[in-house]
Amino acid sequence: MEYIYGTWHWAISGFLIGLTMLILTYFGKSFGMSSNLRTMCTMAGAGKFSDFFKFDWREQKWSLAVVLGAFVGGFIAFYFLSNGTGVNINPDTVSQLQTLGIDAPKGKLMPDAIFSMETLKTPKGFAILLIGGLLIGFGTRYAGGCTSGHAISGLSNLQLPSLVAVVGFFIGGLAMAHFILPLIFKTA
Amino acid sequence: MKLARFFLTGIFFGIVLTKAEAVSWYRIYEMFQFQSFHMYGIIGTALFTGVVGNQIIKKFKIKDYNGYSIHIIEKERGFWRYIIGGSLFGLGWALVGSCPGPIFILLGTGTYAIAVVLIGALLGTYIYGLLKDKLPH
Repeated sequence: MEYIYGTWHWAISGFLIGLTMLILTYFGKSFGMSSNLRTMCTMAGAGKFSDFFKFDWREQKWSLAVVLGAFVGGFIAFYFLSNGTGVNINPDTVSQLQTLGIDAPKGKLMPDAIFSMETLKTPKGFAILLIGGLLIGFGTRYAGGCTSGHAISGLSNLQLPSLVAVVGFFIGGLAMAHFILPLIFKTA
Repeated sequence: MKLARFFLTGIFFGIVLTKAEAVSWYRIYEMFQFQSFHMYGIIGTALFTGVVGNQIIKKFKIKDYNGYSIHIIEKERGFWRYIIGGSLFGLGWALVGSCPGPIFILLGTGTYAIAVVLIGALLGTYIYGLLKDKLPH
C-alpha cells in the first residue's frame, strides 16, 4: 500500500496528468486552470470595469466544476491517501533551505516559514503570499495560460507560443529561486 | 447532471497532483535548483502522453463525448505576451510554489494561508484586465 500512501512515481503521475488533459479534450473542453481566475473576476462583477471580463460566466461552469473537484481531490489525497512519508526532497536542497531559514519538509507539502498562520500574521509573510499571488494572476493571464494550459496542453499540441511561455516560466522561476529568494530570506 | 463528469475529473486531478507532490513548494524549489528529476519526469511524461494522445485523436479523427469532431484550439501568435507574462508567472510560481490549479488543491489539503495567494491571483488577473490594451502582446 506504500505505492498509494507514499509519493507517487513521476512516471505514473505524469501519465495520469496527461490523461486528465486528454479526458477534458474528449469532453470537448481544454485543459487550463488559470482561466478560472478570470471567470471568478467576472462573477464578482469585474465586467463593469473592463471588457476583458464581459462574458457569460455560465459557459465556464464546467471549468469551475473541475476546480471544485480539484479542491475535493486535494482533501481526499491529503487526509485519506497519505501517511506522512512523502516529500523526500534532495538532502542538498534541505541543507540549502536551512541556510535560508526555511524548515525541512518532514512529510509536509509546504514550509512553515512561508505558509504557517504565524508567518501569515507578519507583514513580510503576508506580503510574500500576496505578491506571489499577484504575479501568478497577472502573469498567467498576460501569457494566456499556466502550467496546465501551456506546459502540458499547449506543448503537447506542439504550439510555439506555449514553448515561448514555458521558457518565460523558467526565466522567472530560475531568477526567483536563485537570486531573489536568497535576498528575501537571508537571515540578517 | 451535466457537470458531474467535470467534477469527477477535477477530483482525479486533485488527487494525482497532491500525490505527485507537484503542489508542494519544496518540489518546485528543488526543480528550479535542478536537484531532482521528479518534476521534470512528471512534466515530461505528461507531455509524452499528451503528444501521443493528440496524434491518435488527429490520426483516427476521434469524436468527442458529444459526437462532435475534436478541434484542439491553436494558441494565438505573439511573442512579448508569452515571454513577459510567462516570466512574471515564473517569478510567482517559484516564490509561493503554486500554479493556479494547485492553489485550489492546496486549500483542500488545509493549507489555509494559500487563500492569500488566491486573493492576490484574483487581483492580478483583475489588474491585467484593466491594463490589457496598454500592454505589448
